[in-house]
Amino acid sequence: MTKKIKNLNLNFGPQHPAAHGVLRLILELDGEVVEKADPHIGLLHRGTEKLIENKTYMQAVPYFDRLDYVAPMNQEHAFALAVEKILKIDVPIRAQYIRVIFCEIGRILSHILNVTTQALDVGALTPSLWGFEERETLMTFYERASGSRLHANYFRAGGVHQDLPKGLEEDIAKFCETFPKIINDLESLLTDNRIFKQRNVDIGVVTKEDALDYSFSGVMIRGSGIPWDLRKSQPYDCYESLDFKIPVGKNGDCYDRYLCRIEEMKESVLIIKQCLSKMEKGPIKSLDGKISPPPKAEIKQSMEALIHHFKLFTEGYRVPKDEIYTAVEAPKGEFGVYLISDGSSKPYKCKIRAPGFSHLQSMDYLIKGHMLADVPAVLGSLDIVFGEVDR
Amino acid sequence: MKSLQDLEKKINSELTTKINSTEIKHNQIYVETDKEDIVDVAIFLKTNQDTKFRQLIDITVVDYPEQNQRFEVVYLFLSHEFNQRLIVKYSIAENEVIPSLTSIFPSANWMEREVFDMYGVSFKDHPDLRRILTDYGFEGHPLRKDFPLTGHSEVRYSEDQKKVISEPVKLEQNYRNFDYESPWEGTKYIKEEIENNDKKN
Repeated sequence: MTKKIKNLNLNFGPQHPAAHGVLRLILELDGEVVEKADPHIGLLHRGTEKLIENKTYMQAVPYFDRLDYVAPMNQEHAFALAVEKILKIDVPIRAQYIRVIFCEIGRILSHILNVTTQALDVGALTPSLWGFEERETLMTFYERASGSRLHANYFRAGGVHQDLPKGLEEDIAKFCETFPKIINDLESLLTDNRIFKQRNVDIGVVTKEDALDYSFSGVMIRGSGIPWDLRKSQPYDCYESLDFKIPVGKNGDCYDRYLCRIEEMKESVLIIKQCLSKMEKGPIKSLDGKISPPPKAEIKQSMEALIHHFKLFTEGYRVPKDEIYTAVEAPKGEFGVYLISDGSSKPYKCKIRAPGFSHLQSMDYLIKGHMLADVPAVLGSLDIVFGEVDR
Repeated sequence: MKSLQDLEKKINSELTTKINSTEIKHNQIYVETDKEDIVDVAIFLKTNQDTKFRQLIDITVVDYPEQNQRFEVVYLFLSHEFNQRLIVKYSIAENEVIPSLTSIFPSANWMEREVFDMYGVSFKDHPDLRRILTDYGFEGHPLRKDFPLTGHSEVRYSEDQKKVISEPVKLEQNYRNFDYESPWEGTKYIKEEIENNDKKN
């Protein structure tokens, strides 16, 4: 007698804690082996691109914080660079250093979250408790510079919104001294941990070819052994003058990607240190009054400053007709902005290229043939944040 | 190719009639082609030893409702080997079906689904052309310029029916679009006068 066996369809999410947000993953299971994965995304879709088309360039910045909300300023950076290139304005050197410092802080924020929650998904609770304490410190740096812990709205075309408050540079420097020890502690919990290795080594292997075909970027492509980092290959702001290394993986599995992230955090600390030592006093935004709003004190005295202020906060600055694609190395990979301006004060189109979108797309390819228990491990190592995937 | 100029020459000499125009700006190459040729262009860019645009970064569409050829389809390519970026574009009319690149670049799958979802442009030979970002049962294509910012319907929980219901958007106040006449540039008649004076001098 023959019995017909049917595959089991399983809904993973949208409210599964290991789905890292609102992912609905429909899995087709043969026993415990995954045959097919169909991610349903869009549950966090807010129409960011449509909204940006209806806002001035300055009003568009806060929407970028809400994409990858784990590392908000890295996204703002891509947009600021795009507008600067079209407007052909220079960024003062101090502003460049400040931006790089906060981008690297964003990278550390993102990598801590990813490494520790991925460890949580495969069964290690302690790293997340230790890691989140550091995230808290970093977010207070965000708050002291910009006024808010997450949605900073700090970068502007032409620089940053305001200078760093007194004492912040010293405190960031102090953090750079203490943080490497925390990374070592995290490593002592995970890197040689037998269970962690069993859950990650040889899981979700990506070959070099597939990493290219599936439009991977960031740690996903470096984990597979391709030394590609936009900070090195297409440097923006002051990255050219900084000395740092690009960690590259060998096997392209979840474990290598974990190692890359750990090493990248160490490099980020070194970058921040270099920036702090090289930074000098000076202007923090473009001196062009038609683009950067004047300081509040000046408005009380100068008629021109008042007019500038009024025009910038009603109409906003106009951007000549042009189109451009700019990308930055966000913690998750290549984050790009394809911006089309039409000469008015609002973008005609602003396409956001989110790294997580192409990474999540490959879920079916990555998970095929793995066990159900490997789904959270692979998903965690893809470093998915739904803010940017759904936009 | 080492430099963008060499690459531009290479593309023009190899693809000749398949290319309408090329331009270098912002350190990127912009290539205009036609709907019929996009597959050949993509294969050439990916496989040729001197271009090696192995990665498709993104696909998107720009909507120009006032033009006959309403949509401009944009492909962004990246070559890791030569560290170059290339943008391929072509225009299509509404309701035109365009070829899919999924067989050349697997990553095109979701990008094309997104274009279909947001702009309603259909792809030929796409393995799985479904909506991707909008809600189940959503109607319309939100990124078209004639789609209102507020949308057509809104979703709320109905206490009476004890379920989530969808109903037409009710606005307390119409969406206001402020048009700021810029005193910096002067009103139109003054501007024309200044320009005329400039010409005379």
